[in-house]
Amino acid sequence: MGKCIDWDAYAPGAAYDELIAGGGRARPGAGRLCRFLGRLSATELRERKAAAELAIQMMGITFTVYNDKRSAPPAGIDRAWPFDIIPRVIRKSEWDRIQAGLAQRVRALNLFIDDIYHKQKIVRDKVFPREILAGSRNFRPQCVGFSPPQKVWAHICGTDLVRDKDGTVYVLEDNLRVPSGVSYMLENREVTKRVFPELMGSIRVLPVHDYPAQLSDTLAAIAPRRVARPEVVVLSPGIYNSAYFEHAYLARQMGAELVEGSDLVVADDDRVYMRTIAGLTQVDVIYRRIDDLFLDPEAFRPDSAIGVPGLLRAWRKGNVGIANAPGAGVADDKVVYAYVPQMVRYYLGEDAILPNVPTYMCVDKKVRAYVLANLEKLVVKPANESGGYGMLMGPQSTKRERAQMAARVKARPREYIAQPLVTLSTAPTLVGTRPEPRHMDLRPFILSGRDVTVTTGGLTRVALKAGSTVVNSSQGGGSKDTWIVDTSRGA
Amino acid sequence: MLSRVAENVYWLARYVERTENTARLINVTAHVLMDLPVKVRFGWDTLLTITGSGPGVKGRGEAAVIRFLTADYDNPGSLISSLYRAREGARTVRDILPQEAWEQINAVYLEAGRNLARTPDPRARYNHLNAIVRGCQELGGIVEGTMSRDWAFEFLRAGRHLERADMTTRIIDVRAASRLPETVGDLTPFENVLWMGVLRTLSAYQMYRRHTHGMVRRPDVLTFLFTDPLFPRSFLHCVSRVEESLHGLPGADGPLRTARAVGKLATEVAPGDLKREELHQFIDDLQIGLAALNDRIKDTYFPAAHAAGQ
Repeated sequence: MGKCIDWDAYAPGAAYDELIAGGGRARPGAGRLCRFLGRLSATELRERKAAAELAIQMMGITFTVYNDKRSAPPAGIDRAWPFDIIPRVIRKSEWDRIQAGLAQRVRALNLFIDDIYHKQKIVRDKVFPREILAGSRNFRPQCVGFSPPQKVWAHICGTDLVRDKDGTVYVLEDNLRVPSGVSYMLENREVTKRVFPELMGSIRVLPVHDYPAQLSDTLAAIAPRRVARPEVVVLSPGIYNSAYFEHAYLARQMGAELVEGSDLVVADDDRVYMRTIAGLTQVDVIYRRIDDLFLDPEAFRPDSAIGVPGLLRAWRKGNVGIANAPGAGVADDKVVYAYVPQMVRYYLGEDAILPNVPTYMCVDKKVRAYVLANLEKLVVKPANESGGYGMLMGPQSTKRERAQMAARVKARPREYIAQPLVTLSTAPTLVGTRPEPRHMDLRPFILSGRDVTVTTGGLTRVALKAGSTVVNSSQGGGSKDTWIVDTSRGA
Repeated sequence: MLSRVAENVYWLARYVERTENTARLINVTAHVLMDLPVKVRFGWDTLLTITGSGPGVKGRGEAAVIRFLTADYDNPGSLISSLYRAREGARTVRDILPQEAWEQINAVYLEAGRNLARTPDPRARYNHLNAIVRGCQELGGIVEGTMSRDWAFEFLRAGRHLERADMTTRIIDVRAASRLPETVGDLTPFENVLWMGVLRTLSAYQMYRRHTHGMVRRPDVLTFLFTDPLFPRSFLHCVSRVEESLHGLPGADGPLRTARAVGKLATEVAPGDLKREELHQFIDDLQIGLAALNDRIKDTYFPAAHAAGQ
C-alpha cells in the first residue's frame, strides 16, 4: 500500500493554484493538509471519497435540477450535491483583509441603495450617471421614499470573488437579490468533519457554524413589533425551486417557519399573517427567497402564483420586515457593479480594499467600439442575468457566436458589459484518485444589520471539467470545503 | 404550526406506516403460503385486494404481484410509491422533523430503491422487506426519542395510528374472507396456521399468547386484534392513540367526537362471534368510520378548510 498522490507530479498550469505553488511545494497554511493527503494510499483515498458520497446521500444534501427526467421516480429532481474532498485553503492573515474589503463594499452598497430611493445625491453629484439608473431593470419605483429599519436594504449579500494569475483577488459580482449557497458552505464542513476527523483535530481551521445564529439575529432585528420572540419565516417558492434544500436548511437551523406564498395572507389591517392549525398568526419578518417581481402580484407581476397579494403594502406601512428589502436588487447589476469603487470613495471616504475586475461598459460609445473590436479577447456578460447564462467567453467562442453577441450589444448596449478574461485560480481536485487542477471561485456571505459580519470563508465552487471555468452547480460545477487556517505562531 | 405543514406531517406518517405494513404483509404471506396445503392456498392475488390496488396484475403470479406491490412507481399503492411520498413529504417539512428522522426516511427510501429492483428472489426479498420494517420502526424510535411533544408530533402520531388501524382491518378482512371454510374439522390445523399468519403479520403472536393464555382460535384472535386495549396494533388501541393526539391539538372538538364514535363501533359488538359475512360488513363499517375521522381532521386543520373559510 504505497502512497498515491505525488505532489511533485502535480502540474498547476498557467493559473494560480491555491494549494501548490509549483514544484510540488505546498503554499503556507496548506502544508499539513498536503502532507497528510500524500501519505494516503489509493485505497484510503477511495474510502474517504466514498465516505463523503455516502454522507452527502444520507444527509440528503441535494440541489434541484429543472426538468430532469432521467431518474425513475415520478419527479426525481433532487440530485446529490457534487463535492470534492480536498479542501481549499486560505490563510487567516489574507482572509482578514478580504473580510474587511467585503464589509466595506457592502456598507457602501447599502448606502447607495438607500440614496437611490431617496435624494439620489450620488447622481446629483455626478458620481453615478443618471442614464444608467434610468436603464436599470431592478430599480423599483414602488420603493422610492421608503426607509427600511437601520437603512439596510441588502441584509444578505453573496459576493463572488476570483483570483487571477498573479494572485490578486478581484470581486466578480455582488448578489443582492436572493443569493444562495450558504447552506452548502455549512454542510461541506459537516461532510469534511466526517471524512477527515483527524485533520480537523490537528489543523486550526476556523469554524463556520455560527452563520445561522447570526442570520437569525439579523432578521429578528428588523421586526417592527417590539416582541421578545418575533415570528420570522423563510418564504420559499416551494419544493421544486433549485435552492429548496437551502430554504429548508436555514429555516431548520434558525427554528423559523418555512412558508410558501399560499401560507401567508395580508389582512385588512395591512399586517401579514400565516395560516396555522390554530388560525392566523402574525408574521414579523420575512426572509424571502423569491425574486422581487414575484413577491406581490398586487405590486409587481400580477401572474405570480408564488407571491403574497398586499405584501408590499404591509411592508411600506412598516408592519413587516422583509430581507432583502424589495428594490435592493438595483445594486445587483453588472453595470452598477462597475461603480462600486467610486461608491466606496463617495460614501465612506475610503479607497476600496478589494478591486473590481476592469469592466467595459458597452453603453459608452467609444468603449463599445473597443469591445466590439476585441470580442475574441473579452468576456461579455448581460448586466442582469445570474447563473452564468447568456455569456460570451471570447477566447473560446466561435465567429458565429461573436457575431450574434455583437448584434445583441448593438441593440441593447445598456444591457451588456465586457471584462478581460480572468484566469480563475485552481486547486487540486480528485479525478479518480489523482489530483488535477480545476478552476474555482469563492462566494462569501455578508450579513448587514447594526453590524456587518462576513462568513469565515464562503462557498468554494469548482468547475469539475478540465479547463472549464463554469462553476455553477446547474452547469456541472461542484464545490469544496473552504478552510481559513490560522498560521500565526502557536496556531 | 402551518396548516400545510400539518397536512404534510400527517400524510408522511401515514405513508411510512403504510410502507411498513405492506412489507409485513408480503413477508408473512410468503411464510403462510409455505405452510398451507396446495388445495387451500389463497394465492398472491389476495394481496392486491388487501392493499386496495385493484385488478392490476391479477393472475400473473408471484413475481409480477410482488414487483407490482413493491418496486412499481406506477402503482400508487406500491411500497416504493409510499416511501417516495413519505420522503417527498419529509423533504417539505425538513425544518420540522428532527434531522435524524429525515436522514432515516431518506436512508430507508434509498436502500429500498436499490434493493426492491431485485426483490423477486424470495431469499433476498425476506431480508429486504424486513430491513424496511426495521427502518420504519427505527424512525418511530427516533421520533419518540428526539422530537418535542408539540403539535407536529401529535399530527405525526395521529397519522401513524389512523393508518395502522386501517391496515389492521385490511389484513384481518382478507384473511378472514379467504377460501378456507370456517370450521371444517380436517382443516382446523390450517385455519390455525392462517390466524397465526395474521398475528405474525401484525407482530401480535407473542403478545397474543402472553395475554390470552390460549390457543390460536379465530374468535380470540378477532377479539384481541380489534379490541385489546394494550396491544399497539389493535384497532381500539390505535384509535385511542389518535384520540389522545387530538386532545393535544387546538379546536379538536369535532374530530374528537368522530374518533370516539369510531372507537365505540369496535366495542359495541363482540367481533369474535361474527360470521364471515357479518365480519366483512363490520370491517367495512370501521373503515368508513376511519375515513370519516380522516375527513374531520382534514376539514378542521388542513389548508382547504382555511381557504374555504376566507
